[in-house]
Amino acid sequence: MNLHQLSLTAMAEGLAARKFSSRELTQHYLDRIAQYDKQLNSYVTLTAHAALDAADVADTRRTKGEVGGLLAGIPIAQKDIFCTEGVRTACGSKMLDRFVAPYSATIIDKLHRDAGMVMLGKLNMDEFAMGSSNETSFYGPVKNPWDVTRVPGGSSGGSVAAVAAGLAPVATATDTGGSIRQPAAFTNLTGIKPTYGRVSRYGMIAFASSLDQAGVVARSTEDAALILQAMSGFDPLDSTSIERPVDDLVGGLGKSIKGLKIGLPKEYFADGMSAGVRSCVEAAIAQLKALGAVVSEISLPNAPLSVPTYYVVAPAEASSNLARMDGVRFGHRSQEARNLEELYKKSRGEGFGPEVQRRIMIGTYVLSHGYYDAYYLQAQKVRNLIYQDFKRAYEAVDVILAPTTTDVAFKFGDKSDDPVAMYLNDIYTIAANLAGIPAMSLPCGFSDGLPVGFQLMGNYFDEARLLNVAHQYQQATDFHNQSPKEFL
Amino acid sequence: MSLTPEQVQQVAHLARLELKPEKTTLYAQQLSNILAMVDQLTAVDTAGVMPMAHPLELTQRLRADVVSEPNRREAYQAHAPAVDAGLFLVPKVIE
Amino acid sequence: MALPAWEVVIGLEVHCQLMTQTKIFSGAATAYGAEPNTQADAVTLGLPGVLPVLNQQAVKMAVKFGLAVDAKIAERCVFARKHYFYPDLPKGYQISQYELPIVEHGHLDIEVDGKVKRIGITRAHLEEDAGKSLHEAYPGMTGIDLNRAGTPLIEIVSEPDIRSAAEAVAYLKKMHAIVVSLGVCDGNMQEGSFRCDANVSVRRGPDAPFGTRTETKNINSFRYVQQAIDFEIARQIEVLEAGGTIYQETRLFNPDTGETRAMRLKENANDYRYFPDPDLLPVIVTAEDIAAIKADMPELPTAKKVRFESQYGLSPYDANLLTGETALALYFEDVVKTSGAEAKLCSNWVTGNLLAALNKSGKGIEDTPISAVQLAGLVARIADKTISGNIGKDVFEAMLNGEGSADEIIKAKGLMQITDAGAIIKAIEEIMAKNPGQLAEYRSGKDKLFGFFVGQTMKATGGKANPDALNRLLKEKLAG
Repeated sequence: MNLHQLSLTAMAEGLAARKFSSRELTQHYLDRIAQYDKQLNSYVTLTAHAALDAADVADTRRTKGEVGGLLAGIPIAQKDIFCTEGVRTACGSKMLDRFVAPYSATIIDKLHRDAGMVMLGKLNMDEFAMGSSNETSFYGPVKNPWDVTRVPGGSSGGSVAAVAAGLAPVATATDTGGSIRQPAAFTNLTGIKPTYGRVSRYGMIAFASSLDQAGVVARSTEDAALILQAMSGFDPLDSTSIERPVDDLVGGLGKSIKGLKIGLPKEYFADGMSAGVRSCVEAAIAQLKALGAVVSEISLPNAPLSVPTYYVVAPAEASSNLARMDGVRFGHRSQEARNLEELYKKSRGEGFGPEVQRRIMIGTYVLSHGYYDAYYLQAQKVRNLIYQDFKRAYEAVDVILAPTTTDVAFKFGDKSDDPVAMYLNDIYTIAANLAGIPAMSLPCGFSDGLPVGFQLMGNYFDEARLLNVAHQYQQATDFHNQSPKEFL
Repeated sequence: MSLTPEQVQQVAHLARLELKPEKTTLYAQQLSNILAMVDQLTAVDTAGVMPMAHPLELTQRLRADVVSEPNRREAYQAHAPAVDAGLFLVPKVIE
Repeated sequence: MALPAWEVVIGLEVHCQLMTQTKIFSGAATAYGAEPNTQADAVTLGLPGVLPVLNQQAVKMAVKFGLAVDAKIAERCVFARKHYFYPDLPKGYQISQYELPIVEHGHLDIEVDGKVKRIGITRAHLEEDAGKSLHEAYPGMTGIDLNRAGTPLIEIVSEPDIRSAAEAVAYLKKMHAIVVSLGVCDGNMQEGSFRCDANVSVRRGPDAPFGTRTETKNINSFRYVQQAIDFEIARQIEVLEAGGTIYQETRLFNPDTGETRAMRLKENANDYRYFPDPDLLPVIVTAEDIAAIKADMPELPTAKKVRFESQYGLSPYDANLLTGETALALYFEDVVKTSGAEAKLCSNWVTGNLLAALNKSGKGIEDTPISAVQLAGLVARIADKTISGNIGKDVFEAMLNGEGSADEIIKAKGLMQITDAGAIIKAIEEIMAKNPGQLAEYRSGKDKLFGFFVGQTMKATGGKANPDALNRLLKEKLAG
């Protein structure tokens, strides 16, 4: 078996048994990146030298008999939204094209400094994580390894393409409205967004602060659980981080799901999804039933309001968060500016792409005088209604199951001219962000040769249960083991 | 709610974005479409509903008043667009 | 019919830097005068990805202030973002408080022309200070120093209850004394630790609707406040009487000319787009927190004044003077305690000679060349009659010149009072012998000449004769 087809646990075992070194493993991925990434454009920055150095450190430690963690010496690639000290962190934007972060995000420290993982490089993404197709990146679109004429989804398009094509064993990602789950579904991966506040946001470039949450995309639930375990935990540098011990995510994977109560929100199963997606998701439901789960229909009556609510709250927060990108202390500064106002307007006009500018304008508008109550305040009230729906639902069921996307990956250009059509891509994923609950997507079949995923949403801090359900499903199915043929 | 190209220019000014004049019509149309989609919120009865700013009903944690950040000016200014003698430079501000 | 006289309406916004060690949302130092941007950490700079965490001490200090002005402390307060683009505002927004400030509905009693007036305090909220723009250093460019950015401030907003520049100054002085005595602000106005914006308008009499107001920004001395407000009142009345219009605008005060002018940066187009900061959570202040802070509060100027009157028997005037500054009140109490002398005598020396000397040299009580212990040494010698009050003035001057302690000076200059009756009688007899004419006149009933003999004898003893003994002995001797 090829190294890049190993699970993280198998890699760890291989390293421990000296079947291969971290340097060999790292070099294997660097070689594959060199061979395949021209087609995919998943990496924006490669840190090959630093990666090999880090691999050597891991190997030396192992030789000396120093006990490292399970993940020590295993490569990972980072979404370019996380600040990495000494390495460019561009967030998919011209604005930060020359921004070499002077500090590292908390999760970067946790995965590399603490867990000893090897960073291969930084991954392409939609500009400032705003997009569902990876077409908004300043560095060009990422291609879907299952069909390079199709989008990989967004905004974590680089993360999923790299992992799906075996250019990284696993990758970090972020999810503000579905940016982990939708691309995972489009590329046959397992992706999880934990409870809001479970993973530190410090050093993750903010899109919408009350919705952003970091997570992971992986080739299996077990891999995802390993990485999420290492990323999670309280961070005193993030006021919205939760002071609460992290459950044993990996250790909790072996439980039977007999009697598990699964709710199917009828609003998610109404018209809207393609026949191919519907049949795959229905098959997944049948499989879970076969494993002993008890399925019932529930209602999340306000869920259909998720998209409009999100497209007020997220742009409002984004317009504010991106105000610091002004060309004064870091980032792009226009060379054309003759005075201060031009410095701002030209730097921002040149530095931000059209989708980011659209969202900044929407956000600015909904917060502006005379519109705040009608838009922003009203959206935050509707958000509360959506949250109440979930709270009520979890009194009756353990887990909620829904499709992740309405259809399989679409073609480049299909929706890029119509922002609203693009936004409706997120129709099934956004509610979890608004409520702040953990949610994941996992593979459940193929439609016309393209992957289909389904979504599991859990109660607050119920990541362990969510991952166990997904793991039980993956023990009984083989979809997640399929890889795109061009990149074997 | 639909936006006129003039309103788009006003919003762009507030957000300090330079819009090419030929783009404002397209932006006006796209932003109006987005607002039209968002407008369905206005019909929702939210009487008595508290706005939700955060997913979790947590309260602010307080930090001890102890200096923890050393001077890292050199690192922070290494990639700044214009710096001299430790100051960030911008075109003259007229008050 | 004559129009009613103009009435002035003033509201003040005081920006008071809190004396924390670190910034309101990060662990960077807040020391004044550091090299540019050496105290601008990642959070202060607003680097991508950084997040704020609130300083506990800043919250405590705001609560302390609220309690000192009898305000309501919000059980739950919320930080909001206030958006505008300016180079000294790193994030493009200032973290402030908007709908739910930490302090609301307080008041302050001021005294003007012997009358007490209550000024309402609408609110006081926590926020971060901005950095500094240096316009002079570079031709065509402005240098930005963000050391000050992120320093915690409370912005204290008064009701429009103030009716003159004098009232405004009285309010500010009282406010200054409070925040300094609370230990929440160093009160240094030159360094901008305590500065104010003045909202001024005029109207035709107390029943007329409020006029359009202007806001004069960042005034940093009591004198400038007086000047800026007086200028603004005169300007507005002149404009209105000439049939002109007052525009709601932000103005700047020029200390060199004593005038205000409209800012060229148009702030009227601002739309601050406030919304709750999603990076911060609601701040909860419990009744227990408040009780703990209350227990830790120092005595406030008003309470101290009342105590000085009752405990030390001081006049309201002296008590007011001594409690106007915490350091001065401390100094006075040290003198009383160390000297063991009567409080009234101590008060006379502190409010009289000491303050006069400080005024003359332009120094504050913090920089006094004579410490409380030193002054107590002098007062003790006057109290125990080692020297007279008059000689005490000479000793005080010598102390100012750094000639040593009171005892050293008295000894070195031989200034001890002569209380030995024999020595005084000897001096009296010599004077009587030298002045037979005056003696005869006195004895024939010209009592006024008693003063002549006192003066001559005092002179002969170098001023050191104990005045009581001298008087008594002189009367006996002159009587014959």
